[in-house]
Parts: sequence; structure tokens; C-alpha cells
Amino acid sequence: MERRREVIVPLREQIDRLIEAGSYPAAVCDLADFWRSDPGPATAAFVNSRFEKMRDQLPLHPWRLAILRSFTVEPLVPLLRAEAFLAGIELTVHIGEFNAWAQELLDPASALYRFGPDAIILAVHDYESDQMRLCLDVLRCHSNAHVILHTREAGVIPRRGILDAQIEASEWAEQQKTNAGIRALAREYRGVYVLDYDALVARHGRQGWHDGRKWLTARMRISAARLPDMVREWMRFIHPLAGRVAKAVVVDLDNTLWGGVIGEDGVAGIQLGSEYPGAAYQEVQRALLDVHGRGILLAVCSKNNEAEAMEALERHPGMLLRPRHFAALRINWEEKARNLLEIAAELNISADALAFVDDNPVERRKVRMQLPEVRVVELPQNPMDYAQALRDCPLFERLTLSAEDLQRGQYYADERQRRRLEQRISSLEEFYQSLEQEVEIAPMTALTLGRAAQLTQKTNQFNLTTRRYSEQEMAAISRSPCYRVYVLRVKDRFADNGLVGVAILQCGGQAWEIDTFLMSCRVFGRTVETAFLSGLTEQARQAGACTLEGWFIPTAKNAPSKDFYPRHHFQLVETTDKGSRWALDLASPVACPPWIRLNYAGEHH
Amino acid sequence: MPASITERVRVIAADLFHLPPERITEQSSPELIEDWDSVQHLNLILALESEFKLHFEPEEIDLMKTIGDVSALVAAKLGHRN
Repeated sequence: MERRREVIVPLREQIDRLIEAGSYPAAVCDLADFWRSDPGPATAAFVNSRFEKMRDQLPLHPWRLAILRSFTVEPLVPLLRAEAFLAGIELTVHIGEFNAWAQELLDPASALYRFGPDAIILAVHDYESDQMRLCLDVLRCHSNAHVILHTREAGVIPRRGILDAQIEASEWAEQQKTNAGIRALAREYRGVYVLDYDALVARHGRQGWHDGRKWLTARMRISAARLPDMVREWMRFIHPLAGRVAKAVVVDLDNTLWGGVIGEDGVAGIQLGSEYPGAAYQEVQRALLDVHGRGILLAVCSKNNEAEAMEALERHPGMLLRPRHFAALRINWEEKARNLLEIAAELNISADALAFVDDNPVERRKVRMQLPEVRVVELPQNPMDYAQALRDCPLFERLTLSAEDLQRGQYYADERQRRRLEQRISSLEEFYQSLEQEVEIAPMTALTLGRAAQLTQKTNQFNLTTRRYSEQEMAAISRSPCYRVYVLRVKDRFADNGLVGVAILQCGGQAWEIDTFLMSCRVFGRTVETAFLSGLTEQARQAGACTLEGWFIPTAKNAPSKDFYPRHHFQLVETTDKGSRWALDLASPVACPPWIRLNYAGEHH
Repeated sequence: MPASITERVRVIAADLFHLPPERITEQSSPELIEDWDSVQHLNLILALESEFKLHFEPEEIDLMKTIGDVSALVAAKLGHRN
């Protein structure tokens, strides 16, 4: 109880001395610690006034937030501004009049539109979808501001009491329906997002979330003790909306990904597995895997001997994360700040897109002082709480997720391994050799038809004729006795690339023609194209063909496939305004490169 | 009344009203302090309630006209005598 007087007052004085001396990164560190020790109204006022003093010296991102409301939100604002300052955002807040949110949205001359918000929080809890739809339609005519809609919370006790659980049209069912409606409504608009207020209240406990006295006396809906939780939930949205997110999270190893120090305890001695104490670290890895699943890159920065640490990463049975999950690795005895900058450069992102996770408060503080732009995640003291801290971190929030996001981590890891091989291997041939590529050519079936048609639709660069076929057309071609359709699968030591190529041969008689020959840009340039062609010439020859012909039809994008026929010893037959026609005498078929294993699957009938 | 209560109230008020603690006295009131408006009064109540783990009744809130009143009320609620 005496903490404020005896400890906090000196800390305030120390912060003021640091600001006066111009030691801004240190002052920000101390303000962050101070805020975390007591995130209440008085602390918020102190934190905000000190940030306002330093505003011109700090790289703060200005952002304008409007809160339209049906209850007293004023006490939340200083708390929100303090959280935002510590996240590098200088928040200007406009608060709407009580219960006037609809008028403000509908009137283009309202204070809301004059304010010009980047985002609008609709902290209102009782409305009709039709009314909200009208408001959002008008809003979208005048503003591109992001919108955050709260869902409706369930009552602490239903109005009908226990009877509510006995009937079909219960309050609970009604509330679920309303919230499904809110989600559906939000999906109709770009930039309208749902904050699951009901889940938030439930998470913190319905009973403790409310303060009946404050509601009756001051129209405050949220109890004082829960105000910081409301603010943190808003921050989870503000981070991605204001662009203050981590694109990569850089983690330490010892006592972070596993318990113990690998240099002392050895791979067999570290704590990691399904049982305590190793279970705490496995939870950390599980949380990081979930972050990875949102398209956020992972990287390692650890003071260790690389060989030992890699052995644990590759072989320890308790590891959920493996080297393939990491886009960059810095395991050495250099300063962490320097390694972090190298990682940012390697991943081609700026240092302010890095989040740093380390169990050691000294390392964290060092990074916060040396590289104030790097986002340092503060971990609690107990390793059992690390995973929760990662899951709570707003830097890892995303409001949208594309297929590309999901692949990104894997792409970097594959590239890193390929590049490392390229560096190590002197000759190109050895490089191909080391890729251990396996190519499988198979007749198209009903199962692969969809993907094959899709490839004809979207492949541009390595596509000799660029003929687009719908699934229906593809099906018709495959039924015709005059055509054979082949699909290509490529595997290498790093990944199964899946179905990445399609060829359509027009057959019959002694001269066959290549109608379509294409490959995804993921795999061409690794001599896979030669293997594919080799397989096709072999198929044609076995079926009795003597020559294989093909058109190259130039487009704006298929220059990479321009030399394909001459490179494989096809002879030019004719050139027209459409393109060039080439032919190969199958008496000398194309050889498969010796470093590729070529397989045929299935037979044409 | 224990000095620590007065002291803690002053530190909270100083933060909320953006003043150094020595500028907060027993006589400080909304009339004398520019930042002491109705919103900050609510923030003051919330800060005191969380600092001292107590609850004020609406009637008590109306009685808080000066920092001296506030400290005395907190002390009384915590069971201390003036």
C-alpha cells in the first residue's frame, strides 16, 4: 500500500530527470514500466503529460479516433491515450454526444465528419441492423474511416431468470441471433470490423465487469478495475489499423523457447516437452506457431554456439518449431541490436516491423535503449505466463489474412535454405544435384482437372501458347481421343511444390502438336522444364509419333519461355504474325537431366 | 489522520490535474484548479477507489469540495480518526 509514496514518487522524479537530460529512450522505458505497475487514471495522466513534453523528440504516429457511445467513456480516454503513446501512436480522440451516434453518422455536417477520424469505435450496444446499415451507407459516402462495431453482451442474469433457459425464444438465443446479424452486417462493408464485446466481458467475468453503482450514478457501464481491459481490447484493433504491427517476431532460445541453457545443459538437458517444466516452453512454441499461422515471420536471435542450438532446433523431440519455421537465424555472440538490424535487412523489412521476445529483462532493456524502433515484448516473470503474454500482444493482431500471408513464412525458410546451398555449392550442376528434385508426370484425372484448368487461367510467364481453358473446356478436351492432357508434380528436398505444370498434346498420326505447355514460376529455371518436355517426347515416341511440333505465341509476359524450343533443339518451321512454329524429330528425343528423378504415373487409355 | 493518506491523495491529484505535488494543498478546489472539471472529478474518484480499495456513495462524492475534504473522507472510510 505504501508503494506509491515510497517507490513511485522517486520513479516519477527519475523520469522527469531523464526527460530534462534528453534521454528519451530511457524515459520511455521507465514510463512503460511505471504504466504496467499501475495502469489507472492517475498514472495515465502522468504518462500522457510526459509524452506530450517529449512529443517532438519521438517518432510518434498521429492518429484520430472517434468514439460514438451510449455510456460514459470519458475515463477510458486517458488510459487509451497512455497505451497508444507507449505503442508509438499519438491519439487524438473525439467523443460523441450521449446516444447521438446515429445522428452524427447520418449528418454530413456533424462534429464527427469535421473531426475527420481515421477510425470510429461504435461503443453502442442496442441498435437495429437496418438502422446501422443506413448509418454505414451514409458514412461510406463521406468517409473511409475504419469502423469497429461492438457485439451485444448477454445479461448477467436474464430478465426471466432461470425460466430463460427453459424456453426456445430465450434471451440467450435472441442475443446470439443479434450478434450473428452484426457479424454479417460488418462483412457487407470494407473496413468495418467486429469487436466481440460479449466475449471480452465473458473473458474477464460478467459480474466483475459491471459496477451497478457507477452505472446508476455516472452512466459508466464498466467497472473501474476493468477499464484497462477495455482499453487493451481497443488497442488490439488500433495496432493493425494504424499499421503498428510486427511483420516478424525475433525470439531468443535459452529460457525462452526452452528451459535452461543449452551451452551448459546440452541438448539432452534442456527443459522442453509435454510435462512440466518443459510444458511451459512448449506452450510458448505453440503460441508462436499460431503467430506464424497469421503470416508473421519468425526469426531467432540467440547468444549461443550455432551447432549446439541447431541440433536442438533440428532434433529435440519436444520442439514444435523447427528450422523451417524460421525465416532468419542469428545464433552467435554478437550484440543483439546488431543481429536484429541484420535480420531486418535479410527479411527486407524495416526495424520497426520487428518484435523482440527475450526472457532476459537486461537484454530487453538494452534493445529498447539501442533500437527504440524495435517493438520489445515485455514478458512476465514466470515462464508459465510467457505464452499468454504472446497471445495478448497486439503487435500480432491482424484484421485480414490472405493466402499469400499464410505461405510467407514457408517461402522465406525455403529461400534461405536454397540460398545457403547456392552459396556453398560451386557449380550450378552440383546445386541442381543437391535439390534432389523428383518430377512426376501423370495423365490429368477428374481430381486434378480443377487445378489444371486454373493453371491455364493464371500462368503467364512460362506459358508457350497462353491458351486459357475453363474447367468445362478442359473436361471436353480430356474426353476427346485427339488430345492427351498431362499434369506435372515437383518435389524437392525442401518442399512438395504440388501440381505445378500442365501440357496438352494434340495426338494422332505421326506428327503430334503441343497445344499447351506451361509451368508455375515457382519451379521453372531449375531444369524441371527439360524433364517435363523429356517425359512428353518419350510418351509421344512410344505412341508412334515421329515428330513433335509446337507454337510459341509471344505475349506481354511470356518472354521467359521464348527460347524454350530452340534450347531443346527444335527446328524453326515457320514464323507468322501469330508467332513461331517449331518441330523436333523424335529420333533424337530430349534427355532428362541426370539430377532429376522422372516418374510416370498412370496410363492413357 | 496518517500523513501517508494525505500524501497519496496529493500525488494522485497532482497527476490528474497536471501540477507538481507541492502545488496541491488542503485548500485546493475545483475553483482554484483549472483542470478539476466534472470528468476529472470522476477520474479522481476512480483513482482513489482503486488506490485505497474503497467505494464512495453518491452523497459522499458531493461532499468532496477540497483536497482536504477528500483526504478526510478517505481517512474516515479507512477507519482513521482525524
